[in-house]
Amino acid sequence: MKKLIFLIVFSAAVSALPPAPSDKQESVVYHNANIHVGNGQYFPNATIAFENGKITRVGYFKMAWKPTDIDLKGKHVYPGFILPVTNLGLTEIGAVKATKDDAETGLINPNIRSISAYNTDSEITPTLRFNGILLAQVTPQGGLVSGLSSIVQLDAWNWEDATVVADDALHINWPNHVQNRFDFSTFTMKKEENKEFQTQVNSIKSLFIDAKNTANSKSQSDNLKLKAVEPVFTSSRKVYVHTDNPVAIIESITFLQEAGVKNIVLVAGQGVEPVIDFLKKSDVSVIVNGVHKLPDRSDQSVDNGYITAIKLHKAGVPTALGYPSVMSGRNLAFTAGTLVGYGIEKEQALQMITSATAKVLGIDKSYGTLEAGKSATLIITEGDALDMKGNILTDAYIDGRKINLVGRQQELNKRYMEKYNL
Amino acid sequence: MKSKFIALTLLLICFNTLAKTIPTDRINGVKDERNTIYALTNSEIYLDSETLVSKATILVKDNKVINIGNGIKVPENAVVHDMNGAYIYPGFILMDSDYGLKEAPKPEPFSFFGKEVWDNTLPGAVNTNEAIKSSFNAVSEFNHDSKKAEELRKSGFTTALISKHDGIMRGTSALVSLDDDSEQQSILNSQQSFHLSFNKGSSKQLFPISLMGASSLVRQTWLDAQWYAQQKGMYVDLDLQALNEAENLPTIFHTSNWQQTMLADKLAREFGKNIIINSSGDDYKHIDSIKKLGRSLIVPINYSKAPDVSNNLDAWDASYEEMKEWELSPYNFYYLHKNDIEFAITPASGNLKDFIKDLRKAVEKGLPKSSALAALTRVPAKILNNKNLGHLNKGAYANFLISQGDLFSKDGQLVESWINGQRYVLAGFVKLSSGKYQLVQGDNKTELELTISEGKTNLKSTDEENKDKFSFKSEGDFVTLEIKSEDKTEKLFGLIENNLAKNIPGQLPEWQLQRIDDLQDVKKEEVDELNIPQIPKPFSAYGMHQTQDYNSVLLTNATVWTNESDGVLTEADVFIKNGKISDVGQKLKVKADKVIDASGKHITAGIIDEHSHIALLSVNDIAVNSSMVRMEDSLDSDNINIYRNLAGGVTAAQLLHGSANPIGGQSALIKMRWGAVGEELLIEDADEYIKFALGENVKRSRSENSSRYPLTRMGVEQVYRDAFTNAKAYEKQWQDYNKLSKKAKAKTPPPRRDLMHESTLEVVNSERFISCHSYVQSEINMLMDVAEDFDFKVNTFTHILEGYKVADKMLGHGVGASTFSDWWAYKWEVNYAIPYNPTILTKVGVTTAVNSDDAEMSRRLNQEAAKSIKYGGLSEEDALKMVTLNPAKLLHLDDRMGSIKVGKDADIVLWNDNPTSIYAIAEKTFVDGRLLFDREQQTEIESSIEKERQRLIKAINESSEPKKPSAKPPAKQMHCDSITGYEYLTEEVL
Repeated sequence: MKKLIFLIVFSAAVSALPPAPSDKQESVVYHNANIHVGNGQYFPNATIAFENGKITRVGYFKMAWKPTDIDLKGKHVYPGFILPVTNLGLTEIGAVKATKDDAETGLINPNIRSISAYNTDSEITPTLRFNGILLAQVTPQGGLVSGLSSIVQLDAWNWEDATVVADDALHINWPNHVQNRFDFSTFTMKKEENKEFQTQVNSIKSLFIDAKNTANSKSQSDNLKLKAVEPVFTSSRKVYVHTDNPVAIIESITFLQEAGVKNIVLVAGQGVEPVIDFLKKSDVSVIVNGVHKLPDRSDQSVDNGYITAIKLHKAGVPTALGYPSVMSGRNLAFTAGTLVGYGIEKEQALQMITSATAKVLGIDKSYGTLEAGKSATLIITEGDALDMKGNILTDAYIDGRKINLVGRQQELNKRYMEKYNL
Repeated sequence: MKSKFIALTLLLICFNTLAKTIPTDRINGVKDERNTIYALTNSEIYLDSETLVSKATILVKDNKVINIGNGIKVPENAVVHDMNGAYIYPGFILMDSDYGLKEAPKPEPFSFFGKEVWDNTLPGAVNTNEAIKSSFNAVSEFNHDSKKAEELRKSGFTTALISKHDGIMRGTSALVSLDDDSEQQSILNSQQSFHLSFNKGSSKQLFPISLMGASSLVRQTWLDAQWYAQQKGMYVDLDLQALNEAENLPTIFHTSNWQQTMLADKLAREFGKNIIINSSGDDYKHIDSIKKLGRSLIVPINYSKAPDVSNNLDAWDASYEEMKEWELSPYNFYYLHKNDIEFAITPASGNLKDFIKDLRKAVEKGLPKSSALAALTRVPAKILNNKNLGHLNKGAYANFLISQGDLFSKDGQLVESWINGQRYVLAGFVKLSSGKYQLVQGDNKTELELTISEGKTNLKSTDEENKDKFSFKSEGDFVTLEIKSEDKTEKLFGLIENNLAKNIPGQLPEWQLQRIDDLQDVKKEEVDELNIPQIPKPFSAYGMHQTQDYNSVLLTNATVWTNESDGVLTEADVFIKNGKISDVGQKLKVKADKVIDASGKHITAGIIDEHSHIALLSVNDIAVNSSMVRMEDSLDSDNINIYRNLAGGVTAAQLLHGSANPIGGQSALIKMRWGAVGEELLIEDADEYIKFALGENVKRSRSENSSRYPLTRMGVEQVYRDAFTNAKAYEKQWQDYNKLSKKAKAKTPPPRRDLMHESTLEVVNSERFISCHSYVQSEINMLMDVAEDFDFKVNTFTHILEGYKVADKMLGHGVGASTFSDWWAYKWEVNYAIPYNPTILTKVGVTTAVNSDDAEMSRRLNQEAAKSIKYGGLSEEDALKMVTLNPAKLLHLDDRMGSIKVGKDADIVLWNDNPTSIYAIAEKTFVDGRLLFDREQQTEIESSIEKERQRLIKAINESSEPKKPSAKPPAKQMHCDSITGYEYLTEEVL
């Protein structure tokens, strides 16, 4: 009896773990697939094939079916969704300090590397995969210069396995000339001049200027911070500016471009609205940090949170969608779906979580679309993956490896459905 | 002793008399009483705000007016001052001041993570709550402050009502003269009125931290005072005692916004108190509602500064509301006057020196001068019930102001102030009054015009060709007239008296400046009623648009999700009439005021959010048992999230207290009646609800320093058992008392009424229904267990993320669930949350709703519900019911909401698509049959808002007034955990 209990407990513990990574790269041909390429194209009832982790064919081919070919019977195929600028694997439970590894102390942390703390066994990862997210940009937070993000795929034994691009971008939080301070003695929020503003801006600026001067000089520097910044002048490392204030957007981008930073990405929200023309001219990509947002001002359109990304897209600014706070990050596809209701085509909305994101992240050679030669990182769904009702994954592949979609939440569901004989 | 010292030091400004002596005092010297009579002749006197007597004389003896009017015989022994046509007004009465009192201690910053203070920290036999400071008497602390007194006199004030601005019950005020007499003689009334507010001030004690908490404390304290009066020496509470002693004094309630004004009125009505409201000056925002209160107001000048919108990037951040406040706030007094509201005016807080200027601005903006004067004299005197103040009829205090020129227009200048018959020189008389003058230099004659504006004298030639610059400086009786022409500057020195300046006799050059005529009166333009800016209702950009109402509306040819046994009807019509669903079916033959073609569209019942915190001024109080606090006391009907909810198809919600306490406050059940004011939002005759909470929040898990019981889930159970046991004991106490015979009752004082026990008892007696914030299975079972022990049922578990683990037990208990679709991972107790929860609960048979707890998500509850189609394969109809019919059931409103059924409230939504699709958008939302959101009109509404924004931005940029950086704080977002509403700016907290 004791043994039996032990066994039950043991098996329960096993099933509550995140699923093990898969090793085998499959060779598959799918027919009768509704293929959403991710670049705006849509091929109904088409064929997709991949082997050795790469897509070999996509589209319509007059070829005899092999016995191993699979008839998808109208299911949908999408590129794996990409979640940029996320604390996945760095924060497990927001309210429990011990599980937080997303923000280092100090204000200037360019040398901080998120990848070394990235937990491939996060309980959150299976929930993202279950809804189609297969890639993520693991990003540190906090301070004025938060550190370096890395791009990972979501089916790995350890962070080395997970890495797609290590240290892809440096993240900075540009300060705001006004700041909000809650005055607990009067219980009111005070919007006031940020007295540290100039000091803060100067400390970011001097980091870039010193790094550039050091890079240009012959002598080697062993300053970890400056070394972490150097690659931004050769375009191998991007700079992500996080700010939602129009003045700060102009100030930061103007400075970084003058300093010679090659590749700049803005992470912002509704604050971009007065400066969309400027963004277009400056050739900057934007990650909209969340669609499901209330309008910033009470007099704005009730849809204002929903339409920022559409406004940017229509103005011709390369735009991808982010999802602040990973706990609900699995809803990324539904935020793209929400956009459709407000004036954008489904395939364009899809781009904002696939090809556009891959392009912003600089991984578009391998990821983001279903095109021959690219990685077989894709999902197969019962229906429209941007809609809750259709986002039911039957299979998913990362680099051609079929991944296990069942996580602890599915196990618990199964257990209790059985308990209640449902 | 001190009185004499003041008399000496202030001799310079106080002219007439030596300080009067106090009868009990001994004089160091010889008696010197003179009984001088002063006669101020030839003046324009306002006997009161309505009565102006021209060329009149006022006779003053001691501290009184002994005669006043035309043709008065001036006694031979009188000291006569010729006023030369100057104006005399009754002295202004300052109705809200802390003059002469010690500054109130600064409130200590509240810390959510600090160690709590449970008791009153003040010494003595004080009340159990530190914010109750009823035993404070301003008179006990009063000391003249000669510098401040002078400042006040310069603004026209001669008398002040002084009270301490600290605490919820603030004790009594005193009425004092702003003179330099001894304190003993300056105090006109040592116990003038009783003061209270909703602001706990310097109290270090934790409770209350919210508006509704403060409200409950006021109610409980009023009850306690009544009860205390019936006790015979049980114990001493100086504050309750003082409150009872002050019972017959006028009560002045200080409020910080119009919502608080409405709340103060409500409490006063409940307790039959006759209060005067000291508002914050934003009365114009809901002037109709303020008028309906029928109360007298004391209103500070509160002109909002314009945000700096000089460039696009700043303008982007400026809200319509703050620009509109800038535009409308100067009209506050106009609106108060126009609505026949009785009001007194007080200066802007912290800006006394601009008071006269601010007052003139109110007059410019349409406040009649007589009304302005009344608001500073007659009305205050009436509120103070003092017959000798506020006018200058015979027998009144000799408190008056002398102004050269009309004080309420720019050319007026306050020159003297008389208080209790003592004269104080302020700016002093200008010896040349405004008018036409002739300057004679030898044969050379120049005609000049002298004007006085804001106290400054301007002199210029009437001949426009003459470019010479004239300036004029006087000191005592001497004068220097400077004439600057292109090539030279000439200085003329001389003597001045009575509108005549000339060289000192015998000195050269000879010159003379003499007044020859009055100025041509420039007629002031009457305020054009049409130019007065409109007030949006609600006070929001989206309040500009007014809904067109139809008695009956027919929506035709739609897919109708009935939520009834009929299921989903296709090509069906819905007819709504008089606010109700009147008919449903195909091709209805009815006559409607408005027909809407709904072909290809979907109609559902309005979405009901079982768990919302929108439209509230505060969410959490902090007492472990906060059942006495009422969310309805904290309603904010101007909140834009009401309109945004409509845009998401939401028509009703339960506004819950937060989750800081095992027993939280009483819910407010509202409909999204955009345009309704305050309690008009409340659903009529709805059952009463209350918030309970379990787990991490109530055990203060995030605070390392908390000492609040309970700190564990074990303690939480005991809190409930204790609260319910005490409530039952309380019930028994009253039952026993009520059973007594009439005779016995007369001899036995009734038990103390306790608002906390009363509402807890309602829960035990199934008269108030629980919506309990809950996460893990142990605590869910615990509460059901406790409830069963006390023989009642838990109505709803809200959040209930581990409900799927105990769904069978919940079904057995008969409790419903109101849950998130898929939230998790934000704290430890939600670690085992699964998105299949709503589906499992539904399939087991538990009435299950999906809620938001979030102002953004509530606009997409249809999407949230539809996630259960993905997670667990719920049917589309069952998914939709989770945000319509099921929450209606949980709120006991399913007899009138939640489905498309004849006779139910016409709370319905027209969708462009299947409502369970991500692509569905609410196109029209009806509440009570009124079309309160219409996407068709949205473009027009938005463009008219934009137009209005641009107009305001232009007006601000054209005005020369000082600007502030846009200071509208970010909007509050209330969740369960919210104390401040701004937690989202730092990190996500739920």
